[in-house]
Amino acid sequence: MIFNVTRFAMAAAILGASALTATAQEYTPENPECIAPANPGGGWDFTCRQVGKSLQDQGLLGSTMQVVNLAGGGGGVAYAEVVNKRSNDNDLIVAASSATATRLAQGAYPGNTMDQVRWIGAVGADYGVIAVAADSEIGDLAQMLETMKNDPTAISVAGGSAVGGWDHLKVLIAANAYGIDDVRSIKYIAFDGGGEAVTQLLAGSVQAFTGDLSEARGFVESGDIRVIAVLAPERLSGDFADMPTAREQGVDAIGANWRGFYAPGGMSDAAYDAWVSKIADLYASDAWKDVMEANGLAPLDLQGAAFEEFVVNSVSQIEKISKEIGIIK
Amino acid sequence: METLSNLADGFAIALTWQNLLLALLGCFLGTVMGALPGLGPSNGVAILIPLAFTLGLGPTPSMILLTSVYYGAMYGGRISSILLNIPGDEPAMMTCLDGYPMAQKGMAGQALSLSGIASFVGAFFATWGLIFLAPQLVKIALLFGPAEYFALFALAFMTLGGVSSTNQAKSAFAAALGLGLATIGVDTQTGVPRFTFGEVHLYDGLDFLVAIVGLFALSEVFIFLENRHGAADATKSKLVIGRLTPPLSMLKECTPTMLRSSALGFLAGVLPGAGASLGSFISYSMEKRLVDKKGTFGTGDPRGVAAPEAGNNAAAGGALVPMLALGVPGSGTTAVLLAVLLSLNITPGPLLFANNPDVVWGLIAALFIANFMLLALNIPMVGLFTRLLLIPPRVLMPIVAMVSFVGIYGISGSSFDLLVMIGFGIMGWGLRKFDVPLVPIILGTLLGNTMENNLRRAITIDDGNWFTLIDSPLAVGLWIVALIGFVLPLIIGRKVRKGMHKRRDEEGSIAD
Repeated sequence: MIFNVTRFAMAAAILGASALTATAQEYTPENPECIAPANPGGGWDFTCRQVGKSLQDQGLLGSTMQVVNLAGGGGGVAYAEVVNKRSNDNDLIVAASSATATRLAQGAYPGNTMDQVRWIGAVGADYGVIAVAADSEIGDLAQMLETMKNDPTAISVAGGSAVGGWDHLKVLIAANAYGIDDVRSIKYIAFDGGGEAVTQLLAGSVQAFTGDLSEARGFVESGDIRVIAVLAPERLSGDFADMPTAREQGVDAIGANWRGFYAPGGMSDAAYDAWVSKIADLYASDAWKDVMEANGLAPLDLQGAAFEEFVVNSVSQIEKISKEIGIIK
Repeated sequence: METLSNLADGFAIALTWQNLLLALLGCFLGTVMGALPGLGPSNGVAILIPLAFTLGLGPTPSMILLTSVYYGAMYGGRISSILLNIPGDEPAMMTCLDGYPMAQKGMAGQALSLSGIASFVGAFFATWGLIFLAPQLVKIALLFGPAEYFALFALAFMTLGGVSSTNQAKSAFAAALGLGLATIGVDTQTGVPRFTFGEVHLYDGLDFLVAIVGLFALSEVFIFLENRHGAADATKSKLVIGRLTPPLSMLKECTPTMLRSSALGFLAGVLPGAGASLGSFISYSMEKRLVDKKGTFGTGDPRGVAAPEAGNNAAAGGALVPMLALGVPGSGTTAVLLAVLLSLNITPGPLLFANNPDVVWGLIAALFIANFMLLALNIPMVGLFTRLLLIPPRVLMPIVAMVSFVGIYGISGSSFDLLVMIGFGIMGWGLRKFDVPLVPIILGTLLGNTMENNLRRAITIDDGNWFTLIDSPLAVGLWIVALIGFVLPLIIGRKVRKGMHKRRDEEGSIAD
């Protein structure tokens, strides 16, 4: 309890001070380290490595950020490690995403909650897409959901996350918004990563794909698959402008997989502010805009207290959906 | 020939002094990392990523460095398999079966050279396959749905009998044990944790690297501790190194084996989710079925060394096909390479060959260069490697134990994994006493999850209809091969085996 009180006091202090601390940049991490809570090759690993490289390229960090892969428990091992053992480390940040929020919301990190760490900022968001094969008979999202409503067995949806994971939730959010009451009847097939799921869509094993835009874009450009809905508030810019949103088809569903960082709960305010401003500077740079462009990341400009609030909201939203669909009680 | 002119352009990109030096560095580091138990290709590549970034290398030089490490590690894995009976990484596991007995017969040098040549042949053909067949091969990957994958894995397990032991029941027990261990962790199809006892470290299941190092390396150390005053030193000191290069007759005998295994391994590599381990495993068991008329596999047959090595190196090349052409990694290592490409702002996928031809062809040329370099680097070093056998076990075993602990802790940074490793070590020690083969256990843990997931995906897609498993001609074909592979040796092999039984039982305790 005492811990919680101090955390809230701290959060309040940051809320008040964040506008003023932009100049307070005295702290410089000596051995910057980024924990990627997964094996090399995944999204978290990418977040650490890409941000580490860009921070160094931009001169925001004097030395190379060391990337440590601490896989296990869908990020739970790293979370427990940071909370229990490295709570006072000022040089450490940890890659996080919607998947982190999803697991926190569903209590999949036993004994850990989201207020045990400090949330630094986002570096972009990857909007969810629902796609079908290029030659599919399914024309748009409404048609697919209508088919599902009448016969849930007719359409299998493939995604890269486990059941109850973020890719699964996106379809359920859309189905829920369309008015399918028993969303549990929807057939979701979990694959090991979005790439494998898209491959199975191309192979014809499944009828639809749910995932992130970045996972689908290569196949969209080559004309192999067709995106029937982007789960974004409005149409995306550039190459993706002709993808219809779910909203304009009358399905009020939004799903963004954000990518960002958290830091140990006991990090000093000076260090926290320094990291927040580094991530903010990086986000504002043109070089990062190119990286986002190249990787299909959409803007999500949230740092410090604003980001903390965003994570709180997204955890409670996911908790609510998960309860509704019976994933948690 | 547009392809060949593209390849020539690739060589023009790759053949600079800087790139050649990077390739040499990568090959050397890769070989060392592959040979150390615990550090496999995927960790080797991951460790060197910061180096590539710190040096400020562009996309092509970075990929040249990292793929050299990749190929190097695939070469290096065999060294400790042959010399110590401890696989350096998971695909090198099958090389233990005949490589270690060869070394014990005083043919260590020949086994190392032969496996080096087999690795070269496998990688060489795989690279050509990558050049000419990449776009077409993608279509093969698309023929494999969940049902076909399940049939493929079933094929792997059904041809397992007798791969590593004369006693089929013990093999079956070991495989079942491995499959059981694979069920630990969060089940992806329902999100429910199984056998985790609330321990978050177990949510992702057991890391098979930890299992391999425990089962093979640590149990070896335990066996040594048990025998330290007795037999261990006595038998080791009698070891002779013998000639270092294989005689031409041996190469000739192995050539068809290498060619068949290269093709098979390459195909296994192309399938995302199958990968190098399956490649070396299927190569070995198929080759055993095809040419092992006298039952010499498992007792130091050179073909038993050539098959898995050609197979796993060909699979390493094959795994690059889905990574480059689909953006789907076929193995752990290609997942790392994919991440590197992404962080260099290159998106692999259907359009990579059109959008970034310099990267693709530079990379392919680099693969050729790395492959020749590895052959040139490895053959002269065989003499050096074999000296390892002259180190007395009382010096060697503590080093093995140290490398195991440091290696595993270095990768995962978790003391929990060390405890799991010790647990596997004790289990391995016990199982060796009962003459239960260890290889099927690893195969079970390695492939069990994918196999189970594919079965359940297939069934879910078809609403619980089990006949979906034999719904496509490809699946039916795979099942037929699996059944033949399972039944035929039981009928025909019985006679052959009778004659061999006595001798193999005597050697059974070492040839696991």
